[in-house]
This record gives sequence, C-alpha cells and structure tokens, in this order.
Amino acid sequence: MRISRRSLLVTGAGGMLAGCDAAVRSPTVQSVLARGDDAHRFLQRSVLDRTSLAREFRADQMSPRFRVNGTANPGTPDYAAHVASRFADWRLTIDGLVARPLSLSLADLRSMPQRAQITRHDCVEGWSAIGKWQGPHLARLLDLAGLTPAARFIVFHCADAIGGAPYYESIDLIDAWHPQTILAWAMNDAPLTVGHGAPVRLRVERQLGYKHAKYVMRIEAVASLAGIGGGGGGLWEDRSGYEWYAGI
Amino acid sequence: MEPAAPPRTDDAPTGPQRIYRHGPFTRIWHWINAVTVIIMIASGLMIFNAHPRLYWGQYGANFDAAWLELPRFPWFVTLPSTYSLAIARHWHLFFALVLAFALAIYMIGSLVNRHIQRDLRIRRRDLSAAHVRADLKAHWELRFHDPARPQAYNLFQKLSYVGVIFVLLPLLILSGLALSPGMDAAWPWLTDLFGGRQSARSVHFIAMALTSGFIVVHLTLVILAGPFNEVRSMVTGWWRVPE
Repeated sequence: MRISRRSLLVTGAGGMLAGCDAAVRSPTVQSVLARGDDAHRFLQRSVLDRTSLAREFRADQMSPRFRVNGTANPGTPDYAAHVASRFADWRLTIDGLVARPLSLSLADLRSMPQRAQITRHDCVEGWSAIGKWQGPHLARLLDLAGLTPAARFIVFHCADAIGGAPYYESIDLIDAWHPQTILAWAMNDAPLTVGHGAPVRLRVERQLGYKHAKYVMRIEAVASLAGIGGGGGGLWEDRSGYEWYAGI
Repeated sequence: MEPAAPPRTDDAPTGPQRIYRHGPFTRIWHWINAVTVIIMIASGLMIFNAHPRLYWGQYGANFDAAWLELPRFPWFVTLPSTYSLAIARHWHLFFALVLAFALAIYMIGSLVNRHIQRDLRIRRRDLSAAHVRADLKAHWELRFHDPARPQAYNLFQKLSYVGVIFVLLPLLILSGLALSPGMDAAWPWLTDLFGGRQSARSVHFIAMALTSGFIVVHLTLVILAGPFNEVRSMVTGWWRVPE
C-alpha cells in the first residue's frame, strides 16, 4: 500500500512537470501569463510614485569594469563610416507625431543642458553594473520637437540588428518625461564606446537593460506600437516575448 | 472563515478515531501554495540559469567576484525545460502575484480564525529542555503525535511551519520585489533591507534553497507518517489518529 502511494507521488510529480511543459507551449496559457505582466505594470503605475528616482551612487560605488552586453558592434558599412569620422556626420532624427521634426548632431546634443547620473544597470539575466551616464534629457528633445496630442509612445530605432531584425525599443510618455531618462553620449566621463552604444544610448533607469537602446539613430513619436517591427514594442519583446514594461 | 469544528467523533468506539484537523481555509491555501511554490522554484531555476553566479552588494557581473557559481540546473527541474528566460519570467512573475496575495490573505485569515494563535503559537512549555528532548526522541523514533493530544503540532512542526509562513515566504517575496528596478526606485528601503540588489538576489536564492529543503523534509515526513491519511486530511480535513 505504502509503496504504491509513493510511486504514485513520484509518477504524479513527473507527470506534473511534463504537463507544465505542454502548458508552456499553449498560446492560451501564454496569453493568460502575459496578463501577469499587465498586472505588475498596473500595480507599479497605480501604487508607486511615477516620478520616483532610481538610486544614484557615489563615484566610489561604481563597478570596476562595466561589461558590454548585446551587440558589441553594429558592424554595418554605414556605422563603420560613422565610427571612422567620429560621428561628425551622424545626425539624430526626431520625427513621427511631432510638430517640428529635428535633425541633431552630436555637438548639438553635447551643447544642450546635461544631466549626469551614476546608476545601476540591471540586466534581465540577473547581473547589475553601476556606471556614470551623461546626456541631455529626452524630455528636452521631445519638447523641442513638440509632440502632437496623439503621441503615446516614443520609439528608438537603432543602428544594430540581431538575427537580421533591426534593434528598436519603446517607452511610454511617463518614462519619456522622467527626469533620469537621458540620451547618454558619455559613460564614465568619456565618450560612449562602440561596445556601449556610441554615439548615444537611451538611459531609462527604472527599467531593465534591454530597454536601454544603444546606437540610437532615430526617435519616433507614435500613437500605437502596432506595425513597428513585430508590434511588441521592442526587438526582444518581438523575438523572445520579454515584457514590454521592464520595470519588473 | 473556519466553521465550528464538527464534533470530535468519539461516538464510534469500534472504528479508529477521526479528527477534523484542517479547516477549509488552510486546505485551499495549502494546495494553491503547493502548486505555486513548485512553479516558482522551477521557473526561478531557469531564470538563475541565465546568469548562474551570485554576488553580495549593489552590483555584480561577470568581471566581479561571485560568492557562488553553479553549473546550470538541468532540464528536469526547470520551467520551461529548454532554455527560455522570457517564458520563465512570465511564469515566475504571474505566480509571484499568486504567492504574495494568497500568503497575505492566508496570514490575515489565519489570525482572524485564530488558527495561528491556537495551533502554531510556540508556547513556553514547548521550549523547556525536557520537552525539546522528548520531542527530538519521539521524532527520532518516528512517533509524530502525542497520544494525549494527537491533533496538536509538536515543536518542530510549529517551528518549520512558522518559519516558512512568517520568515521564508515573506523573505522570498521581499527579496524578489527588490530585484525589480521599478520597485527599487519607488521603495529604496527594499534594496537597503538586503544591502543591495545583488545581495537581494543572493538572499532570494538562499531562501529558495531553504524552502526546497522544507519541501523535501515535509514530503518525507508525510510519507513516513502515512501518506494516504495525511494527504486525505489536507483534502477533506479529516485525519485518522494513528493507532
């Protein structure tokens, strides 16, 4: 009697794991689970202070070595030419649902009011690194361009591609206007290296690393994320199903 | 929440004594939690596999010193079984809500229906040296129930249940919240509580290991104490006193 119960338990546990794996592949289960991400975003947006600042650290608390992650070099001829000319001819385009589309040089970005911040970068994989970032507020750039009332998301189009698909990311206007959301052209008091996203990368400090788009070439204001890339609001969202809201 | 206990059935002198041991509130939470915790551990191990190194402090990545570096957990203990950090996160974050809210409701409900005060409170007499020795000896001899008060939990049961409900599970929830960059910005005390996000990740892992240890001991003791009777009592509430 006891033996059979025990083997029943063991078989049951094995069956449950197999059952879980079958469930993992079910689209219904996937869509139910995705509601969990929505719930987290809803709870964070409704319970927490939307203007709260990510912690800033002292210079002596920085990571001795900040690892490069994702694309280490976009490797395209266009990008290589920009690197060779030290981004002298590079222009950042700001367009979409804006009153005044802009084309800004790196010198333009450097001459604008700056914010420098020493913050913790959290990769979705689990590691963290602390570094110093400097650049103009994204809000300042968007104010210059003048968003139209229909704009709801800001999309960042990048020079790199992963698996043949161009990298892009998007954030909502709450994070776009957050005081720590900057377009960083400097890291640890030096111009951004190619590995870390030269000439500029997005810093959106209350979200995970994959939202911090590197090699930003174009910023687009849109009403909906449908029709951009796979419609998920970012390359990793489209490719692997990572959460669009990465504050979790 | 808990109905008035049905009469203790000592009106059937020929059959074995049956005791109404677990109220519906405890039973429902137990099974929700059992499924949730297993999903959380399996999906958590998959998430750990994405970066199987642990650090102390605010930061920690490949170039920093890890206090623990493990080989990746094998497919038969991870959810999903083949590598997918994104899918594991969906499961983990969904069931994190189930774990946290079910625990909060259970804690409040069990204080209101006095289950905690009545059955789990560790009394002074439980801690006397003679009592601890007697409980240890009884455990060693696989006698889990005091014949005089068979429904009462012994000291080690109380300690482990209280430890899981009031220490380990809350610690898992808080250290898990401290891994969220959105939570950290709004509630910086969360990271301070653990001394940094990477410390919180280490504490999260250690608390998971201790919870896994509890599950192994718990299931072993269920099997030793008579699995049919024990599982039935957690399904129907009725438990037969061992003879």
